[in-house]
Amino acid sequence: MSYLLLVPILAPLVAAGLAALLGWRRLTAYVTLAAAFAVLLSGAILVHRVESGAVFAVGHLLRADSLTVTMLLVMGTVGTLATWASVGYIDAELRDGHTDRAGAHLYAVLLPLFLAAMALAVVANNIGVMWVAIEATTVATAFLVGHRRTRAAFEAAWKYVVICSVGIALALLGTVLLYFVSLHAGASSAHALDIDTLLNNAAQLDPDVTRLAAGLLLLGYGAKAGLVPFHTWLADAHSQAPAPVSALMSGVLLSVAFASLLRVKSVVDLTLGTGFLRAGLLVVGLLTVLIAASLLVVQTDFKRMLAYSSMENMGLVAIAAAAGTKLAIAALLLHVLAHGIGKSLVFLAAGQLQAAHDSTAISAVTGVLTRSRLVGVAFAVGLAVLIGLPPFAMFASELSIARALAGANLGWVLGATLLLLTIAFASLVRNGSRMLLGPPQPDAPTIALPGTVAAAMVTGIILSLALGLSAGPLTALFQSAATQLGASS
Amino acid sequence: MSLATYTGVLDLTAGAFLLAAVLIVWRRELRSIVHLLAWQGVALAAIPLTEGLYEGNPGPVIVGLVVLVLRAGVLPVLLLRAVGTADAERRESTPLVNTTSSLLITAALTMLAYAVTRPIIALDQAAATRAVPAAFAVILIALFVMVSRRRALSQAVGFLMLDNGITATAFLITGGVPLIVELGASMDVLFAVFVLGLLTGHMRRAFGGTDLDQLRELRD
Repeated sequence: MSYLLLVPILAPLVAAGLAALLGWRRLTAYVTLAAAFAVLLSGAILVHRVESGAVFAVGHLLRADSLTVTMLLVMGTVGTLATWASVGYIDAELRDGHTDRAGAHLYAVLLPLFLAAMALAVVANNIGVMWVAIEATTVATAFLVGHRRTRAAFEAAWKYVVICSVGIALALLGTVLLYFVSLHAGASSAHALDIDTLLNNAAQLDPDVTRLAAGLLLLGYGAKAGLVPFHTWLADAHSQAPAPVSALMSGVLLSVAFASLLRVKSVVDLTLGTGFLRAGLLVVGLLTVLIAASLLVVQTDFKRMLAYSSMENMGLVAIAAAAGTKLAIAALLLHVLAHGIGKSLVFLAAGQLQAAHDSTAISAVTGVLTRSRLVGVAFAVGLAVLIGLPPFAMFASELSIARALAGANLGWVLGATLLLLTIAFASLVRNGSRMLLGPPQPDAPTIALPGTVAAAMVTGIILSLALGLSAGPLTALFQSAATQLGASS
Repeated sequence: MSLATYTGVLDLTAGAFLLAAVLIVWRRELRSIVHLLAWQGVALAAIPLTEGLYEGNPGPVIVGLVVLVLRAGVLPVLLLRAVGTADAERRESTPLVNTTSSLLITAALTMLAYAVTRPIIALDQAAATRAVPAAFAVILIALFVMVSRRRALSQAVGFLMLDNGITATAFLITGGVPLIVELGASMDVLFAVFVLGLLTGHMRRAFGGTDLDQLRELRD
């Protein structure tokens, strides 16, 4: 059973190996889909095993607790939708001449490698290995972002690699400092960076150096999670990447990076108390929501609009983590899952709109609902999820986060956040309704919809509705994750 | 090796490491910047080599040799191949901050590094740990290089310098992170530089240059 922890890493690696040998084919595309589904399945099987505490595998190299399983579920769900849609998406790109066989081959290899790196990041027990995995996602996705090989795509890829690598380098420095204090707290060099060792020794860590390390880790993993001050790569990369990759980056990568931050927080809070990272997360979270909301107001490009909506949501997640109560952490995890599925829907729809119009300008696209029922509905449902309309799950998660903020005596934060969320809400509704309902232009192109993209969209819509109506057994999982992360009640 | 020799060699190495960073700030020719980076790699490798020889421990010596090959050999060669052949490409374009101000800022950053590292030295009085301000200074200088230089290659140099600074910190305060992390981090850096090199080539073909001021298609 402990070998179950290897599945999320090995399944995508096998798919990547096969794709390296055979190139972009139906077979390799579906093996990648099966690998993503295997990630989801292993997460689902692990749900009950981790309730009573973390399980280990391969000596002490891998570790899974409820947070790990939550992230595997997010990764498996969004990964399944994205790899499914990739089949039709890449075929269409090949047909339209936006990519060639070599480009599709590279895509086929890098997409599963990206999944494997994210899986390693959440199941690693050693926070040094976790860092290596997170940086590996940057390397794996660089050429996915630059997939279209246009000037803008290379520019986005360059900025992405440079800004994320620098940001994440700060997290490495923080990790080195944690290793230093862990050694001084008496840990052996082989286990000094293990999450379980750090949690056990947290009270003995030197507070001054830990404070320095925590600040660096917040900035570093924050860079990868799209938080201020290293957020500037996000809109460029998300808008230039192919739609399924945008869905994975926005829906999974940002939250995997944030999960790393939650791991670090669970250790640092035991050493320094909750005050230090609370202050840091509040500043970073509020600034991120502020910047995202301001840029949403002036946005004229629909893929960038979706990217800034991701930033807005990650800022909100950071604010929820700052509140830090069980209610807040459980709500944050539900928020992350719902956001992942909702973002997949809007990005997949946006990909089809971009392909039809050869443009990502909001002004170029109108009347989507009357022109393609399914693309329109997918975009509408995804947008409704993201702005937190009932019955979708982000309505419940945002309500819980608001209650948690009020309960943690952070009323002023709640007020500021609500104001900014309202601004973002208004912009998304204004642009979304224009695109969906505006009068269609007489010469508007037809919106093509490959079968696999349609299938992924229908699945995403059903999942969004189901998650909104009842989180079911997931509620227990999220609460267990919050308890295991040491959240106060 | 006696303690006095060990301390002396270690301080000399840390000094050379920091000096290479300062010279990178001073120089403008891309080719000599890459050469300086290679020398910095040699100074970096000397830290675990010295520690290994002093303690009679083969582990750090092997790590030091790997670092020497990677940081003083492979990575600078990868970067040199990315330096353009056109003459206009060989120099840093008009800098955002002039040389005098840059060197003054470098001095200020070095003092800041001493202030920031005080809690680390307070925890451990070993000779190696007391050299850590030099490594932190290199990290801060590398960040400054990255924000003030306009060539794609200078930014790659800044990134590698940042990484050298972090690796030096690890060697000085902990005798190096566990092997699995060290190997993984080195692989990541190697791949990141490789990706940056490929992107530089693509960008040169797409825009006819690598001045980052030309990267202004995407913005709000």
